[in-house]
Amino acid sequence: MSAVQQATVAAPPRGRRPDRLPGVGTLTLVRAGVELRQFLRERDAVIFVFAYPVIMLAIFSTVFSDAQQGAEGVEVDFARYFLPGMIATGIMLTGFQSIAISIAVERDDGTLRRLRATPLPATAYFGGKVVLTLATSVAQTVTLLAVAALVYDVPMPTDAADWATFAWVFTLGTATGAVCGVGFSSVPRSGRSASAVVTPVVLILQFISGVFFAFYALPGWMQTVASVFPLKWLAQGMRSVFLPPELEILEVGESWQLGAVAAVLTAWLVVGLVLGVRSFRWRRRDDG
Amino acid sequence: MEITSTTATPQPATRPRPGGAPGGTAVHVRGLRKRYGTKQAVDGLDLDIDEGEIVAVLGPNGAGKTTTVEILEGFRSRDGGEVRVLGEDPVTGGHAWRARIGVVAQDSRDQAELTVAESVRHTARYYPRPADPDAVVDAVGLTPKARVRVRSLSGGQRRRLDVALGIVGRPELLFLDEPTTGFDPHARRDFWDLVHALRASGTTILLTTHDLAEAAYLADRVAVVRDGVVVAEGPPGSLGGPEARVPLVSWTQDGVARSERTTTPTALLSRLAATAAGPDGEIADLRVTRPTLEDVYLELVGGPESAAAEDARPTGTQEDAA
Repeated sequence: MSAVQQATVAAPPRGRRPDRLPGVGTLTLVRAGVELRQFLRERDAVIFVFAYPVIMLAIFSTVFSDAQQGAEGVEVDFARYFLPGMIATGIMLTGFQSIAISIAVERDDGTLRRLRATPLPATAYFGGKVVLTLATSVAQTVTLLAVAALVYDVPMPTDAADWATFAWVFTLGTATGAVCGVGFSSVPRSGRSASAVVTPVVLILQFISGVFFAFYALPGWMQTVASVFPLKWLAQGMRSVFLPPELEILEVGESWQLGAVAAVLTAWLVVGLVLGVRSFRWRRRDDG
Repeated sequence: MEITSTTATPQPATRPRPGGAPGGTAVHVRGLRKRYGTKQAVDGLDLDIDEGEIVAVLGPNGAGKTTTVEILEGFRSRDGGEVRVLGEDPVTGGHAWRARIGVVAQDSRDQAELTVAESVRHTARYYPRPADPDAVVDAVGLTPKARVRVRSLSGGQRRRLDVALGIVGRPELLFLDEPTTGFDPHARRDFWDLVHALRASGTTILLTTHDLAEAAYLADRVAVVRDGVVVAEGPPGSLGGPEARVPLVSWTQDGVARSERTTTPTALLSRLAATAAGPDGEIADLRVTRPTLEDVYLELVGGPESAAAEDARPTGTQEDAA
């Protein structure tokens, strides 16, 4: 710091209110840039989010490479049956888990407090998270589809209607996961405990929702419990896209139940929004 | 290098602020109250800060300083009292109001993965008329660290970044919460020069600090808070009134240490020279001291024992954690 600089630092404009504040759209882009940059620099998170579903797909598909999944004469390769669950899990990771943990950490490390003291609108903060979630979800799902198609010869849907289903299930699932993540971010008491609190929720849901095991093979009560939560429906919607139509009879209602998929995911979207808005805090709990 | 707006030229200081407080008052607090459970953290506190003034709020941990400042910043609600900050109630202050204040809080660990330059640059984007981010980085002496990730900064560098983030929006009112904690003496002096430069450009500053030398050097006025009220306020040189500033003359006579408070130390000295001087004409261990701000402060907040006991509380800087 030189003497020259010290003489003339930061004259605050006096005598009037500030000019027009930067728009929410602009600020959302600024925040999205910050979110992406920070995310990409946390290498462990990048690897986890991108590689986890791919590695799981690789492990299960390799271990059960000779196995078929199905019953009563309708069977498909294991990798093909497993892929929809991995896509659903990936969406849950980038949406729900990443957002819940990152907001809990940012509340703890003072990010939120600092932002609260600036003119940044909360909408732009969440907008930045949404852009990050969309970007990571898309990148991760594309990776997963590429590996499945190129390495494990999983046939991709050729029907435009299937891709349309994929698009809305993906979008609604990502939105629901993200919003529920915001709501859940107030549960961990500190940034350090965030992973420990959020990860088991995700793991349990994965096991009971037919991600790692075929859903039709799970005990009835477990199917009932899973039906309350969105992951089961997200996975089911994805199965409708990637599995041949004859496997529809393996589903619980012998139907893909796309109407119920939309209804449950939307219900959780609304619940997550309400909880998120009501429980969101800029400050740590011990800050009073 | 001058820090200038990237989007607009500063307005002349003479133009009246629409909706602003009358008489150029940046902060106006009357009868502020805040209770946590059974603890009355703030108990009828009054405080005024004029535009362009640097006011230091002093007081032991738990006295209600941080609670008061956080209410002024809009972080906390209050139970009672009247608060106007830049003419608005912080509870209802919107984004436009936040654009006019700057906050340098304690204990932040955020933005670890960004570089110093990125951190200041993107924060500048939140404001309608920010300063040039590179010039701000330069002003806090972090230009050599501009491309370094925030996570690898030292404690003092981290605080300087906090200051940069607090001033990059060119606030009219800046809150500095123990800003020089962890600074080495050289960095602290540089920081003081920066604060003076900010004041010279018209920024009003509310400073909380435990560093009495810092308060004495920087502040136009200090306010001492104890038990949730302001117990004394005034310029650092006259805090506590004339009685608190009476010089103390101490000497040794016949092997016994003696001292006397007097408003006329010179007269006492000539008397001592006649009666208490040794064979060589010298008075043993003669000292004339005037109470420093620290002496006056410790007297006001109940003596060094009390202050030390407060400092030792395990709550540390989270003095208002409820």
